[in-house]
Amino acid sequence: MKNLFKKTGLMAMALVLGASMFAGCGGTQDKKATSTAAKVEGKVTASGSTALLPLLKVGQEEFYKLHDKVTINLSGGGSFTGQKQVASGSVDIGNSDVALASDLAGKGLVQHNLVGIPFVFIVNKDVNVDSLTDKQYVDILTGKITNWQEVGGKNQKITIIHRAKSSGSRATIATVVLQGKEFTNDAIIQDSNGAVRSAIATTPGAIGYVDAAYADKSIKVLKFNGVAYSIQAVSEGKYPVYTTGRMFTKGEAKGAVKAFIDYVTSDAFQNKNVESKGFIPLTKLPKK
Amino acid sequence: MNKYNVSRIRNNKLVYWLFISAASVLGLIIVALLIFISQQGLQTFRDVSPIEFFFSSNWNPDANKFGALIFIIGSLAVTVFSILVGGPLGVLGAIFLAKLAPRWMRNILQPAINLYMAIPSVVYGFIGLTVIVPAVRNIFGVASGFGIFTASFILAIMILPTVISIAADALTAVPQVLEEGSIALGATYWQTIWHIVLPTALPGIITGIVLGMARAIGETMAVQMVIGNTPQLAKSLFSPTSTLPSEIVVEMGNTPFGSVWGNSLFLMALVLLIISIFMIVIVRKISSYKAVKI
Repeated sequence: MKNLFKKTGLMAMALVLGASMFAGCGGTQDKKATSTAAKVEGKVTASGSTALLPLLKVGQEEFYKLHDKVTINLSGGGSFTGQKQVASGSVDIGNSDVALASDLAGKGLVQHNLVGIPFVFIVNKDVNVDSLTDKQYVDILTGKITNWQEVGGKNQKITIIHRAKSSGSRATIATVVLQGKEFTNDAIIQDSNGAVRSAIATTPGAIGYVDAAYADKSIKVLKFNGVAYSIQAVSEGKYPVYTTGRMFTKGEAKGAVKAFIDYVTSDAFQNKNVESKGFIPLTKLPKK
Repeated sequence: MNKYNVSRIRNNKLVYWLFISAASVLGLIIVALLIFISQQGLQTFRDVSPIEFFFSSNWNPDANKFGALIFIIGSLAVTVFSILVGGPLGVLGAIFLAKLAPRWMRNILQPAINLYMAIPSVVYGFIGLTVIVPAVRNIFGVASGFGIFTASFILAIMILPTVISIAADALTAVPQVLEEGSIALGATYWQTIWHIVLPTALPGIITGIVLGMARAIGETMAVQMVIGNTPQLAKSLFSPTSTLPSEIVVEMGNTPFGSVWGNSLFLMALVLLIISIFMIVIVRKISSYKAVKI
């Protein structure tokens, strides 16, 4: 029984360790000095959408080259967290890939569009269907169609693998494709784009959606109403499955915050970095 | 009193206070954790009735439905199934390790089991996702391979070292005189183990099993990767469902802190914590009980 005490001790130690690790988790903070003269200075904090993080990191690095007196803190947390934190004033910028939550309307938040975020539907490679119509997507995702036979494939059960209810990607598909109808709960939930892709790659008959940047050779990308995803297809308004990545500020942006937003939405930055990160530049989004 | 003694006493005091403060920091952290989680979790009840939270299976935060029954059932199910497989297996392993294995084998097995305990759970989960899930799909001919069966299978393996090492300790601690007495009276070795050693070591064995259950119910990563994480009641052992920890880990990253949704995740954490504390209390009660007094 001596060992038991040893074990409780170990568990307690693990707890303390865990707690201190938790405390250590925060946003990333980088400082970089260059010789360029800087007009703006100050601190910018941003949180929210994890999908936009890789792009904003590049923006942060390039921005430092121009303004060495500015510190930018970027962290994730998800679109809804970003919106909530900017509304409460705990960050300067809330990044989001979904529209403003209804309970935050009227809090004086200003939206700055950043990029288009395209999504693709992907299936396991053994699925011999190449394209589905919007109606078929709805029927599959709501659980009405459960066999590939019903949409022209072979006799095989459809397994839906997608994201959790708190995910911004899921919210986008719910708005753009399902238009308010509810996803079936008979699905497998993975907590990131990468996990969804690898689960679909290894599960026969699986379907799901990921950010277009995550599509690779391990899975098969489906067409939407016969249209394959490309930036051009989105520009021409033929491929509707995308959302706008946006930055919210409380009131109009000022000082360093404004400088940073202006920089990442500038043509110079957008043309250079946006497409290579799998997003669509603002100028190529169809005018609504 | 000479100089040497003075400094020795001072050192003694110093070390004494060092230990005291280390212990109080530890205690403080646990109490703070409990207070924080309860405070955050119990706020859920301002918007959600306890009856809905514990007895409704409708989890749909967008529509303000916060029934956590599915997750509670999921957690209990994987725990019970894993202990049904892992418990007996672990006890048999412990008997072998403590009583039957030759010394050289014990010298290999003992460190091997300790090593086994140190494998990070994400490794189990990854192997589960890439090996067990496809295997279950092929062997049982089910659609996805995600679900309670796969999760319980992995958990059964994960809790083995806990069960084995604690039960083996208990078995080793059984006084030699009892065994010798039994064999002297003409009992076979098997009879001795079954009728004398096992009942004597029972409190320790049960302690091992309960701690194994505590590990199983709190296990997050390995379960999250193979259970499917979807809020539906499992129709079979092979249909995806969700557990308390897996739901927390999948949702927490994107759930705003302080919202009803966020609070309900804290409430789930509180439920888990209470179950774990309850199990530790059981363990303490059992281990203070001695089957045989010598």
